[in-house]
Amino acid sequence: MFKPFNKTRFMAQAEVSIKPTEDQGGHGHPDKWKWYDYFTFNVDHKVIGIQYLVTSFLFYLVGGFMAVLMRTELATPDSDFLSPELYNAFLTNHGTIMIFLWIVPAAIGGFGNFLIPLMIGARDMAFPKLNAIAFWLNPPAGALLAASFFFGGGAQSGWTSYPPLSEITANLPQTLWCLALIMVGTSSILGSVNFLVTIWKMRVPSMKWDQMPLFCWAMVATSILALFATPVLAAAMVLLLFDINFGTSFFKPDAGGNVVVYQHLFWFYSHPAVYLMILPIFGIMSEVIPVHARKPIFGYKAIAYSSLTICLVGLFVWVHHMFTSGTAPWMRIFFTISTLIVAVPTGVKIFSWVATLWGGKIRYTTAMLFAVGLLSMFVFGGLSGVTLGAAPFDIHVHDTYYVVGHFHYVLFGGSVFGIYSGVYHWFPKITGRMLNETLGKVHFVLTFIGTILTFTPMHQLGMQGMPRRVAMYDPQFADLNQLVTVGAYILAVSVIPFYFNVLWSWRSGKEAGPNPWNALTMEWTTDSPPIIENWEVLPVLTHGPYEYGMDKAVQVGPAGEPTEATQV
Amino acid sequence: MKQIPAPFWTLVLGIAVTLISLWVGQNHNLLPVQASEQAPLVDDLFGVMVTIGTALFIVVQGAIVYSMIRFRRRKGDDTDGPPIEGNLPLEAFWTAIPSIIVVGLGLYSVVVFQEMGGFSPGGHHGHGAMVAMAPQQSVIDVAPLLAQMGLGESADADVYSKTQVYGFGASPLVQMNQPDVTVNVTGMQFAWIFRYPDTGITDGELHIPVGKDVQLKIEAQDVIHSFWVPQFRLKQDALPGEPGELRFVATREGTYPVVCAELCGSYHGAMRTQVIVHSPEDYADWVASRVAEATPTTTVAQPLENPSDAEYLAAVVKDRPFGAIAPDLAKSPVQIAQMDHAQMDHGAFANH
Ligand code: HEM
Ligand SMILES: [Cu+2]
Ligand SMILES: [Cu+2]
Repeated sequence: MFKPFNKTRFMAQAEVSIKPTEDQGGHGHPDKWKWYDYFTFNVDHKVIGIQYLVTSFLFYLVGGFMAVLMRTELATPDSDFLSPELYNAFLTNHGTIMIFLWIVPAAIGGFGNFLIPLMIGARDMAFPKLNAIAFWLNPPAGALLAASFFFGGGAQSGWTSYPPLSEITANLPQTLWCLALIMVGTSSILGSVNFLVTIWKMRVPSMKWDQMPLFCWAMVATSILALFATPVLAAAMVLLLFDINFGTSFFKPDAGGNVVVYQHLFWFYSHPAVYLMILPIFGIMSEVIPVHARKPIFGYKAIAYSSLTICLVGLFVWVHHMFTSGTAPWMRIFFTISTLIVAVPTGVKIFSWVATLWGGKIRYTTAMLFAVGLLSMFVFGGLSGVTLGAAPFDIHVHDTYYVVGHFHYVLFGGSVFGIYSGVYHWFPKITGRMLNETLGKVHFVLTFIGTILTFTPMHQLGMQGMPRRVAMYDPQFADLNQLVTVGAYILAVSVIPFYFNVLWSWRSGKEAGPNPWNALTMEWTTDSPPIIENWEVLPVLTHGPYEYGMDKAVQVGPAGEPTEATQV
Repeated sequence: MKQIPAPFWTLVLGIAVTLISLWVGQNHNLLPVQASEQAPLVDDLFGVMVTIGTALFIVVQGAIVYSMIRFRRRKGDDTDGPPIEGNLPLEAFWTAIPSIIVVGLGLYSVVVFQEMGGFSPGGHHGHGAMVAMAPQQSVIDVAPLLAQMGLGESADADVYSKTQVYGFGASPLVQMNQPDVTVNVTGMQFAWIFRYPDTGITDGELHIPVGKDVQLKIEAQDVIHSFWVPQFRLKQDALPGEPGELRFVATREGTYPVVCAELCGSYHGAMRTQVIVHSPEDYADWVASRVAEATPTTTVAQPLENPSDAEYLAAVVKDRPFGAIAPDLAKSPVQIAQMDHAQMDHGAFANH
């Protein structure tokens, strides 16, 4: 039952392995969309995926611009570039945009929507209309955040928006912020239902669960997590909104409310949210690395199950964000232990990817460089995460630049590197054209250096005594902060070759052909870009997604009948 | 040349990695000086984590770099690598090792946590009674002044005896003792106020004696703040409506920063002051001089020694010991109104 899909053999085996599962005759679709279709309420999963990706890459620029302004302010200890209120508004919206309008929509919405049906041999998502609705909730959310700057200077209480601060500062912007979060949260719930049902029900019949690409497993875990956690965020936002606008006092201590309850609600969602931002990226890693190392993924089952383990354990660690808050001793202990446990499945993944590299024929493509760069960054970020999990140490560094260093290592060094890697890998599939590799390498080198320079010194700053979310700081920290600001400028410059590359290659890059990387997952069996409804005739699975190095064995067998050697 | 067997190199590498990690764990110099009894406990835990982390980092990073060089595609080679799909013993091994490490770290954390006093915040209730006993317990005899000051601590005492208290309490060694010095710490936008119930002193800086058992009772007046002294390795959020406690022994004389670690508004970054750890004699002098200065109508803090450290604080403490911050920094008139004396003692806890 295993057969490679390499173009050459594909034709020879067509009669045996391909059977039409749907009548193609006479339905009126064109096989390509017009450019303006991408600006409409379109239900094609590929259009929606591209809409997510393009929108999120625009928001990435906005969030990045805010970061540059903040780093400019922090180049000197005094508050002399931005007013402190504006600094806090940028701080809040930088975090909110980067999480909710950049990483989540790019990784889940963008790659998830574009790839999942193609990877499992489906023509579209299970609920295409719902899918389009989920996307179209995002632009208005962005508009609300933009509006919050014009009506009162932006929300200023951080992406965590703890009351009472969030209830007494900039009320109208804070309200708009809550509404924006409710919208993206709703979008996330709708999207997750769609992914789960699609993966559950719409795989080509020949695809068993353990033949599914690992990206799909990662999306299963992501979606389950989002479904459990997001409603709680929505609840927190609604309560906050009511407290601000309708005189309730859920979180008002002087009227019988409790401020810590909000933190529980918030982190019950937002800890899982960090996995929402990394699990799909882990999925991307599991696709990119085998293709460019020319080796099967090492430990398929371990990687798939570790995603599910992270998803499960990740629901029970949220209090590690509240170790210095109103947290009873037993909680600090319980959540120390549960947090440390998460490191195990995470480590398993890292080790499996390294083992996949080991012995391969590694191609230095930009996609691969970003994937390996991610590995390297994530080792550091994961280790600093473990130190934070130990409550006695976290007491010292909580709410300091150490934490800022940690989460940028995992979010920038992890999620952003992963998104870049995915773009370099799938851009040929999405657009039919290759990205320029030289520009890609410039982009990689700048990003790699910039990341280390920006986020490493932050750890030291935090341990030495610099708290986070400050617009002014003790002059003793000036030197390291200047270094960080230089790093941030390098990162700002690093996106220029990337955006240029994308814009230029989209129009005039080298033609990619269906399978430029010689990859084995199903999305590479159709045209680039795929036709509407993906395949003329739905493919039949003839081999697992990662059977690199097994060609010879297959080739000696009779067409359609795999040999012993391939039944690994 | 004779071929040296692989196990030999593995051994050499293993020893090298171990030595490097041990060295890094001891000599990273990343943490500020230790000034409390808890600090060495935390630092030792961190040191162990750095040691293990360095070893893992070198091994994994090394494997990545080695693979990138050794297993790069050579020119003209279009074949695939070997079809290895897994290796159960190896996978079991690298699941087991981290599991053992995290279980070990977890247990160690619990021990440290216990020695730090993490299991007994709020272990001593009834501070109302403690004020009365203060003359015997405190380093300085201030009994005569108590009545004169008329600074009742009843509201605090209520809260601290009725509610769950969060933070760090007495370490197991001094569990049965009363603290030598108790200070009520209040966070407000954007200043810290320290009140000494034993003597009635109010100040914008924290003065404590070295080597004594100090208890801070931490609360917030408006929004959440977080009391942090990096050199003590201790932090506790000041939560409106939820009492917090930090109990510690300062082990090193000197002046250290007190930092607000929780975003509390626009001037959060400027919400800094200092803690001065005195020798017992200096501390007694300080208390005596402050008490002598004080009159019933003006319980005023001295001008701050380091104005740059406390631009905003100065505005609060100088003219009105319990007063509002300078109006230009104030966020709303409501907050100013909330900052009168009565509110400060009772307002935040009115509903408990
Ligand atoms: C080995 C796995 C990890 C562990 C053990 C871990 C542990 C922690 C802990 C204990 C904190 C709280 C620190 C504090 O505020 O005092 C934290 C913060 C954070 N972590 Fe991780 N982490 C891990 C991986 C990740 C990953 C994969 C991501 C996201 C891609 C992530 C994103 C974050 C973020 C965003 C914060 C800060 C949230 C905030 O306060 O605004 N972490 N991590
Ligand atoms: Cu977390
Ligand atoms: Cu603050």
